[in-house]
Parts: sequence; C-alpha cells; structure tokens
Amino acid sequence: MAFLYQTGRYFLFLKRVFGRPVKHRIFFKQIIDEIDDLGVGSLGIVVIISFFIGAVITLQTAYNIELPIIPKYTVGVAARDTILLEFSSTIVSLILAGKVGSHIASEIGTMRVTEQIDALDVMGINSAGYLVLPKVVAMIFINPFLVMISMGIGIGGGWVAGASTGVVPSPEYIYGIQYAFIPFYVVYSLIKSVVFGFLIATISGYWGYYTSGGSLEVGRSSTKAVVVSSIQILLFNLILTQLLLA
Amino acid sequence: MIEIKSIYKSFDENDVLKDVSSVFEAGKTNLIIGQSGSGKTVLLKTIVGLHEVDQGEVIYDSRSFTKMHGKERKDLRKEMGMLFQGSALFDSKTVEENVRFPLDMFSDMNMSDRIDRANFCLERVHLENANHLYPAEISGGMQKRVAIARAIALNPKYLFCDEPNSGLDPRTSIVIDELIQEITKEYNMTTIVNTHDMNSVMGIGEKVVFIANGEKCWEGTNGEILKSDNERLNDFIFASKFLKQLRAGS
Ligand SMILES: Nc1ncnc2c1ncn2[C@@H]1O[C@H](COP(=O)(O)OP(=O)(O)OP(=O)(O)O)[C@@H](O)[C@H]1O
Ligand SMILES: [Mg+2]
Repeated sequence: MAFLYQTGRYFLFLKRVFGRPVKHRIFFKQIIDEIDDLGVGSLGIVVIISFFIGAVITLQTAYNIELPIIPKYTVGVAARDTILLEFSSTIVSLILAGKVGSHIASEIGTMRVTEQIDALDVMGINSAGYLVLPKVVAMIFINPFLVMISMGIGIGGGWVAGASTGVVPSPEYIYGIQYAFIPFYVVYSLIKSVVFGFLIATISGYWGYYTSGGSLEVGRSSTKAVVVSSIQILLFNLILTQLLLA
Repeated sequence: MIEIKSIYKSFDENDVLKDVSSVFEAGKTNLIIGQSGSGKTVLLKTIVGLHEVDQGEVIYDSRSFTKMHGKERKDLRKEMGMLFQGSALFDSKTVEENVRFPLDMFSDMNMSDRIDRANFCLERVHLENANHLYPAEISGGMQKRVAIARAIALNPKYLFCDEPNSGLDPRTSIVIDELIQEITKEYNMTTIVNTHDMNSVMGIGEKVVFIANGEKCWEGTNGEILKSDNERLNDFIFASKFLKQLRAGS
C-alpha cells in the first residue's frame, strides 16, 4: 500500500517538476550552478575511486588467470570490458546516489522544514519545478561526462598497476585494451548514465520535497533518498542491460 | 479586505479548524491570537492557500480565492506577501538577493532598478549595510526584518505575518510590530498577524480574533479585550496568577 502511494505521488511530483517553468534566464543560471555543484563537485571522488578500482580489477584479473597458455593481453581486454560495461556507469552512479542524492534530499528537505518551500509557493512559484528541474537537467547532462572520465581513469589505473608491478607489462595491456573493442559498450554505458542521473535527481528531490517535521526527518529523507535511488539504479541496470545488450 | 466564511480544515482525524468566519479590513492590523497549537498557523496557511479548505470560502476583495484555479491564483499571489514563523529566508542567498528574489522572478524591471527597489525595502525596515550577508550571519530580529522587506518587495495588497516576534526580546518585538503597522497604514494593506504576545495585542490589535481549539471564541478590538467577560479569552490573557490577582483587585 505504502509502495503504491509513494509511486503514485512520485509520478504526480514528476508532473509538477516538468510543469510551468520559471524565466529562461533564471533557469539557465540555475542549471550552470547545479552542474558546478553536483557535477564538478563530484569529480574528485569519481577520479579517486575509478583509479583504484581500475587498478584492483586489473591485478585481480591477472592473478586469476595465471595460466601460461592465456596471453597477458587478455587481462587488458577483461579489465576494459568490466570498466566500460559495469563499473563506470553503475558503480559510479551508485556512489553518486550516495553523495549527490543525500545532498539534494537534505538541501530540499531543509528548505521544506524551514518553510522556504512554502515561501516559494505563496509567491506563486512552482516550487517543485524551480528546485528540482535544474538538478535533473544538470545530472542528465553531467553524469555521462563523469562516467566517461571514470572510464578513462579506470583503464589508466589498470595500466599503472599492471605496469608498475610488472604483472601485466605495458605493451600487452595496451594491446589488450584495443583488442576486439566494441564501441557500442560505451554507448550502452552512456545511455545508462543518463537514466541513472535522472533517477538520482528525481528520487532524491522527491524524498526531500515531501519531508515533514524537523532536522531528524531531514536526515531520514536523505537516507531514504540514497537507499531508494540505489535500488532503482540496480533495477534499471538490469532492465537496460536486457533491453540493450540482449 | 479579506473575508473568510465558515472555514473547516482537518488533517486525517484531527479537526484543526472548525467553522471559522471573520472579516479583515484594509489599512488595519488584524490579529489572530490563541494558544500554541490552537490552529493559528493552519488558519493563516489556509487563507493564503498553502492548505486547501475542506469547507468554506476565502474571499479577497470580492474575489473568491477558493474557487480560483492555476493562473488566476498565481496572479492573485503576486498581491500577497508573507512573513513566516521562522522567517524562511533562502539560506543560499544573501540578504539583498532574498529581497530581490520576488522581483527577479516576476518583475520586468532591469537589474539596477531591482537593486534599487531591494535597497528601498531594506531601508524601509531600517536595515542598511547588511546586503551582502547571508541569513546565517545576521540575528533573528534582522532576519525578520529581511523577511518583511522580501514580503513587501512587490508592493503587496495583502500582508500575512506568522508570529513576527516569536523568539525576539520585548523591545525588538515592539519595533517589528510598529513597523508592520506603519507599512500597513502607509500602503493601505490588509494585514493579518498571528501572535500569542500580549504586548502585540495591546500595541497593534486594531482587530483581534481569538482562536481556541480551532474555533473562533471571541473577536473585538484591543480596547475591548480587557473588559471582556469571555472566560476562555480571560484564561488566555490573564494566564499568570499574578495577572489574575491584579484583575481581581482592580
Ligand atoms: N501539515 C500538518 N499536518 C497535520 N497536522 C498539522 C499540520 N499542520 C498543523 N497540524 C496540526 O494542527 C494543529 C494546530 O497547529 P498550528 O501550527 O496551527 O498551531 P499554532 O496555533 O500556530 O501554534 P504555535 O503558536 O505553536 O505556532 C496542531 O495540532 C498540529 O498538530
Ligand atoms: Mg504557528
């Protein structure tokens, strides 16, 4: 019952988010601010995590296929495909669901409990649209870039780890990451990243917007936002994989 | 003038407002008083349409707000200014940006005119040199004044204040009260103020509506309030033993 209620309210909320926008000039400025805040602000964590996970994926793959008959460059192939298909889009989005999702939900939740949203409504502003739409647009726009950066850094991390430990020599790794490359894998990941960006912004916005009570509830909404958007990311990962790769 | 006709409002099983009617005239500071939890905030939010009425009607100068939809309501909203119980300033914006916000959103003025107008409103509430500070950097009394400046930025015909002096010292409270009354007179606004502060009632209560348990128990002027023999009203006003004894003695 609660699930149906939340789902129904979520779709009504979406309708308001996409309804009656504010002046273009203001909207455009908001988007730029959000790209800076949500996107550029997440660059650091994406770079660090991608580098280390890329390194670990490469080393683990190498240690797992230590058979002389399997050429070393296959490690490069495996690491590349893992990063392109799954790690950069899904894992990075899950991490952003934590960082960006909790940020959005607590920002909007605080505005709700301190009556700032009421203040917008009294002025006749579509508060849901004003607060959430710029975040949605920013996330849809910036998430693919973050994912592409993560791909590059992840594969780079694998190269550094393989070459510096001597487990996968540099020429073989570089040969491997070019071997049997399927460009559609990148497209598939970018499509996923757009959908995940949408889910993170709208779900977190939803939980923040419908906060009621005080600071304790803001904390709860923010946890809820992270949990629900993570679950939805995993669910849509499955659906999109079946649709796009089957 | 704002007229409310037999308003009912409940949340789930909780009947918060029961059959409240009254008339609030222009150019006067109209007060809604009552104990904490009596339904003052809900009443004010119902009047401005943040809550929908379950029954009854809210009429702004013979325009029924209750019967209006989308666009019409949005237009009428530009004639309203509201001061919230906790100021509700946008904490990511500076003082000046807060006051300019309604102008940015709705006016066709250019930037320098909007800044001038914001400065004019800030001067009106006696708040200069705070333009570039953030709400977290100014005192509670200053926040209330910024919120008043923001509420009057678009020159509203209707001003709503939810406990404008809660959390302020008596001296600052009176300054805020007088400011609200002055502005009301100056622009002939219809002003409704929620309060439970007796200083405000005696100071600016040109019309006072007393709410208890979601029902209107009494209405009159501040002149009449002390002489009333309404028992619930007296319990509210003469809450302390000291005042009760004083009244019995006189
Ligand atoms: N959004 C809401 N949902 C459910 N119940 C609410 C809501 N808002 C207020 N109430 C209930 O309405 C009643 C009146 O609350 P209200 O905030 O109007 O009191 P008040 O007179 O403004 O009190 P105070 O002086 O403390 O501000 C309370 O019992 C409260 O629990
Ligand atoms: Mg209240």
